Amino acid sequence: MQIPILRLGQEYHSADLVKLNDGLVTHTANPGLIQRDLLRIGEAKAALDAIPAETLADYCEAAAELFMHADLPCGDETQGPDDYVESLSALTRLPHTLVRMNMGKIHAAMSQIRTVIGGLTRGIPLEMFDRGITSVDGLDVNFYPATESLGVSLPSNAPAGNSLWLPALVMKIPVLLKPGREDPFTPLRIVQAMIQAGFPKEAFGYYPTTHEGGDTLLTSCGAGISFGSDVTVKKYAPFKSIQVHGTGRSKILLGDDFMDKWHDHLDVFVTSIAANGGRSCINTSSILVPAGRDEIAEAIACELAKIEPLARDDENALLCGFANSDLANGIDGMIEGLLEDEPGAVDVTARFRSGERKVEAFDQIYLRPTLIACEDRDHPLANTEFMFPFASIVEMPQEEMLGHIGETLVVSAFTENKEWAHELMTSHLIERLNIGPYPTNRVQWEQPHEGNLFEFLYRRRAIQGNLAVAM
Amino acid sequence: MSSSLTVEEARAQVDAHTREMIEWHFSPETGCPYWLDWAKEAGWDPREKVKTFADMLYFDNFDDEVLRKEDPARFIPKAYEGRPYNVFETGGTTGMPKQRIGWDDYKTDYTEFSEHYGPDFFPQGANWLMVGPTGPRRLRLAIEHLANIRGGACYFIDLDPRWVKRLIGMGEMQMAKAYQEHVIDQAVTIIRHRDIKCLFTTPRLLESLSLRMSLADAGIRGVFAGGTTMTPQYVKFIQEEVLEGKINYAPTYGNTLMGLAISRKREPGEYSLTYYAPQPRAILRVVDPKDSTKTVEYGDYGRVELTTMTKEFFVPRFLERDEAIRRPECDEFPWDGVGDVRPFQSGTKTVIEGVY
Repeated sequence: MQIPILRLGQEYHSADLVKLNDGLVTHTANPGLIQRDLLRIGEAKAALDAIPAETLADYCEAAAELFMHADLPCGDETQGPDDYVESLSALTRLPHTLVRMNMGKIHAAMSQIRTVIGGLTRGIPLEMFDRGITSVDGLDVNFYPATESLGVSLPSNAPAGNSLWLPALVMKIPVLLKPGREDPFTPLRIVQAMIQAGFPKEAFGYYPTTHEGGDTLLTSCGAGISFGSDVTVKKYAPFKSIQVHGTGRSKILLGDDFMDKWHDHLDVFVTSIAANGGRSCINTSSILVPAGRDEIAEAIACELAKIEPLARDDENALLCGFANSDLANGIDGMIEGLLEDEPGAVDVTARFRSGERKVEAFDQIYLRPTLIACEDRDHPLANTEFMFPFASIVEMPQEEMLGHIGETLVVSAFTENKEWAHELMTSHLIERLNIGPYPTNRVQWEQPHEGNLFEFLYRRRAIQGNLAVAM
Repeated sequence: MSSSLTVEEARAQVDAHTREMIEWHFSPETGCPYWLDWAKEAGWDPREKVKTFADMLYFDNFDDEVLRKEDPARFIPKAYEGRPYNVFETGGTTGMPKQRIGWDDYKTDYTEFSEHYGPDFFPQGANWLMVGPTGPRRLRLAIEHLANIRGGACYFIDLDPRWVKRLIGMGEMQMAKAYQEHVIDQAVTIIRHRDIKCLFTTPRLLESLSLRMSLADAGIRGVFAGGTTMTPQYVKFIQEEVLEGKINYAPTYGNTLMGLAISRKREPGEYSLTYYAPQPRAILRVVDPKDSTKTVEYGDYGRVELTTMTKEFFVPRFLERDEAIRRPECDEFPWDGVGDVRPFQSGTKTVIEGVY
């Protein structure tokens, strides 16, 4: 299969090819090609502007079904949903179960696009995207697009991350996508579903490209979204137009008032750590408890250790293999090294699992779930994140937790203590807050995921005078 | 332009040139202090052992740190004593630069380049604009010489690659971008207000320039580019979109130590570049990175090794920081070529390349 570039909807065959496996070749865009396409971005914007936002939302809902069920163009072939699942699983080593779960999330984001956008705009009618002006609770409000394009550099390890950029199209902002090297399929399948549903093809750029091409895409579009590590965050920090979804360091904070009922929510701990193969930024990577660290750790570790590697197509598979064995070796080596060299941390899961953390099975390498109990709250493993089910557990008084967490994508605070909940709600360190025993990977579509795409793409302007002219 | 030599004749020419240059650089009457002292310390006389180019394997790979540490004056051949010389430095180096000296080599190289392309490729009498690293670089004089021998004048817009490299190293991506825009602004101004028909620049600056203006509509007829990796897609994009299929394009591979390697003519739809060293003055081999005495097979990637042998300068078996595909001779150049050059180990290391 050959997957070409889409230059504002037009297929383009590059002279630079990347062979991903025996049957799959992607075409690589050079950075200048992306910049050149941006010269024509006005045409893409005009094509979206010509269609009412309500219609675009209808298209998006229809595209959800096509994405989930239809045979869609994929380069020079057609790809059905089952082909998509197997192809993506073969490249990323996500088991079929997790690919399907991610498909479900993307489907939900598309089919509930009105709810998603309503959540982002706090209920502003979609007509605002047609006219720029609308009335909210009797007040006239005017928003204007801050950019004519959104560039997105996507990850390979989290197909559902694509749900982040979807609303941009209904908000009439063209998107230029750089797929993750090992997931060329998901963004392309979404794009093809949207085009088949009625979106103008000019609204989409799809550019498998190099790191340099990714930089160009992000810095040349009026707005950019990237996914990555702390290094990525630092790299793009000077660019106000680029929003980086970095390391999540998501956490569960156990309140004093839940000390006698944490047993009832053991499944929430395990799901938070292990769902989606532990690969998401919204997976829990650290648990803070006010007391009973070792008892809680043992209970969670015992459950985590039951998750064993299974074949990619096993319907009970939860763990992902590593396409890059060097990465697995590196992660395992780093954990072992830190446990050995830095006192104050123990791998609790080691006692419960049936072998080493790193295991070769079903022709690939897996890392088994790992829970590290840290006596030292500042241990290097106490607040870190890896691409497999990994978490630390640390004991500290409840009143010290907020001062300790640092920037955290998701906090699930197991508490009914109003005063503490209020403190958490007013903290600038937490991006998303679940109050109560909810998994950190819980998604509610009316709430923004990370950052608010509408606020990123649109600015509000004061507007006064004879507004009848504008209405 | 087809070569008048066969493969065997070209090989014999290199062997004869090797003997002549070894004699020149290692004779006390003509050689330079650096190489004469080197031979004393090495304990062997290259004049006795090196009779063909294959015998160059008696030399180890040249350590380019020598070009930072040694006073360039120690490389003045005795025969050139008393003649004023140019000191040239390499492109993007930070810290103490690598330096080489020279007199007429750059003129020889660029006269040959000019003759290779004939009168129409770069219109005779046309003015040139060079947009790129000038300063202490050989290229700056070379391009002016090229313009002059073709009957034109040369305008210059400078870009300091060392500053760009430092900006990128400091994470100052925005400043690097602003600096590039500053360079492009100046180039656009010159092209708009002066009669320029030929350009020398780097591929990246060429792209940026074309985002501001149609180079074909601005009257540009020939572009000579080099300095960074050009993948096949890069070449395709430049020819079809940047130059709109209307402007002659001469991609080259070169540096201060070698001079420049011309790329062979390509068939329509062929975008992979193959460069040929200016033999016999410089010879490129594509060698096994683990054993640089051995060349790799045709079609395989290996590290680029350069030997430069002119009366002005001698560098044996210098391992470039590039890798390339070993390609066979062609009609224009009856010796090995280097294809699809890219930074050495660029697949496994992060390389700040093509900063301008």
